[in-house]
Amino acid sequence: MLEKHLRTKLVDKDLLLMTHLVLGYPDFETCRKTVGEMVAAGVDLIELQIPFSEPMADGPVILRANQDALAAGARVEACLDVAAELAAGFDVPFLIMTYFNIVYRYGVERMADRLQAAGIAGAIVPDLPPEEADGYPEILRQRGLAPIYLFSPTSTDARMARIAEIGEGFVYCVARKGVTGAATTFSDDLAAYLARCRRATRLPLAVGFGVRERADVEFLRGKADIAVVGSETLRVLDTHGVSGVGAFLRGLIAA
Amino acid sequence: MDSQGYFGRFGGRFIPEVLVATFEELDRAFDELKRDPAFWQEYVDLMSTYSCRPTPITYAENLTRHLGGARIYIKREDLNHTGAHKANNVMGQGLLVRRMGKSRVIAETGAGQHGVATATMAAKFGLECTIYMGEVDVERQRPNVFWMERLGATVVPVDTGTRILKDAINEAFRDWVANMDTTHYVFGTACGPHPFPALVSYFQSIIGVEAREQMLKSTGRLPDRVYACVGGGSNAMGIFQGFMQDDVELVGVEAGGHGVETGEHAVRLAASDASLGVAQGYKTFFLQDEDGQMRETHSVAAGLDYVGVSPILSSFKESGRVRFESATDAEVVEALALTVRKEGVIPALESAHAFAGAFREASQMSNDEIILINQSGRGDKDIFTIADAFDDPKWRDFIRRKAAQYDA
Repeated sequence: MLEKHLRTKLVDKDLLLMTHLVLGYPDFETCRKTVGEMVAAGVDLIELQIPFSEPMADGPVILRANQDALAAGARVEACLDVAAELAAGFDVPFLIMTYFNIVYRYGVERMADRLQAAGIAGAIVPDLPPEEADGYPEILRQRGLAPIYLFSPTSTDARMARIAEIGEGFVYCVARKGVTGAATTFSDDLAAYLARCRRATRLPLAVGFGVRERADVEFLRGKADIAVVGSETLRVLDTHGVSGVGAFLRGLIAA
Repeated sequence: MDSQGYFGRFGGRFIPEVLVATFEELDRAFDELKRDPAFWQEYVDLMSTYSCRPTPITYAENLTRHLGGARIYIKREDLNHTGAHKANNVMGQGLLVRRMGKSRVIAETGAGQHGVATATMAAKFGLECTIYMGEVDVERQRPNVFWMERLGATVVPVDTGTRILKDAINEAFRDWVANMDTTHYVFGTACGPHPFPALVSYFQSIIGVEAREQMLKSTGRLPDRVYACVGGGSNAMGIFQGFMQDDVELVGVEAGGHGVETGEHAVRLAASDASLGVAQGYKTFFLQDEDGQMRETHSVAAGLDYVGVSPILSSFKESGRVRFESATDAEVVEALALTVRKEGVIPALESAHAFAGAFREASQMSNDEIILINQSGRGDKDIFTIADAFDDPKWRDFIRRKAAQYDA
């Protein structure tokens, strides 16, 4: 379902934009307003992160946001309520991103039921590799949710093929080694890696980790289908507030 | 253990995609090393010339008489170079790093023992070294930070999360995902993603292998019970492996902190406060809230102050092969004081948990029974922490005068 939606969008646009926010950071009201700004700026897809105390794959910006959200009292149930409210209120697909322990403690099936009822399109769980899936992708798929998997520059071709088989919606291509938020060199190497990703799957490709400015987005045009702006949106939110996010995003994608 | 690194329903490998290739490389290197018939001897030779292996067992005659029950023996891991069993794992992984041809090592450290041991290994093997240490631990373990820096390591204070061991582990992983081509992560305990629990236990098994042989030689039989403290679980795994197939009761003693009922402790297996979860790359019992957020832990011993526990020990808890107990901060300080006075050996606060657990039971046992306690580390180099735990007024005066000299 998610893939079909993206394909339709890709008829009119050659590159979609996905943004990210941490639920409960700095508070739920700011999250609501930020999503409003994102949608008004023309964002195509929004990733909502349920905070976790041990976000191993995240760099300093998103790590702090996780901690601050938890310190401000963001509970999983409240995050899911707000996710449902956002999905009902805005006409873009929303994805849930979180670490596996949150899903595991909630119960994989119970979480999948909850996401389906909330009108969420799919889920990204970066510390749940295919080897540990234990029924997870099937449970999501049965409920019309896309289990979104990641490629990295260190993934072999054979592994990419295997991941592509169990993934749905799109594949999230991590642009480089390292955690979220650090600088990425948008180079020939990255282009070659993206070409390798393209050969490995028929699914649309999203590229994230270090996408910060208009030139990065332009670089991705023709090589990927979705540009993911994660940490940079948070930085802008911290420095320029909610309205700054809208202006920043419009600057990224203005024709 | 199955091929995915599970011990019963515990363990596994929950890692980001970018690390998968690195772990596969580590799997291969560890397999090759285990299959190489010359490797174990190379390791034993290194440990007998660079550290103090085999470490002796000591008959604690005075404690035995004082407690009036089982005969007490102590395995002296405190006599290792750098003062703890941590050296075993670190030197073993150092040999592995040489085989893999990497030029840099990183490690997490809580109390600082594993950090100092890793920095020592890096100095000896000519490797670049970065140690991640929670800001709280940097504050309370300055002497260890001093030595790590003298040994040439870069110590990075971690100011995220609860600013202790688990946060240092997260930060080390963040370094590794960016630098895995040149860098090996020297994991310090029998936790983390597969193959670390098995890898660390493999090197630590040298403790149990020696201890079994030594007990047979000096007492003519095996001990009835073996006690070890349990933080992550590496020293316990080390000594327990020597007696797995024998009719020997194995007892792990966790950090009871201010008491299990206060919630300020690090008891994952001996009580029902912990629940099954997945964090830091593996599945085990964690001290967490109902949402799955990790809780704060407490122990007088920084080395036991950890939210998770070895998946191998979790499987032994479930199978009943190991019995788990806990000892409070107060009991531990008392056991430490008694051991120092009666035997003239100075256990680390971590190791003193094993002594406290053993003392509680020794007097109920008969004098033809034998117990063996793993003294995983020495306490004399942690003088700042232990003097505080003893609340020693003369030490406080000394520190005040010393501080005044710096201000003068």
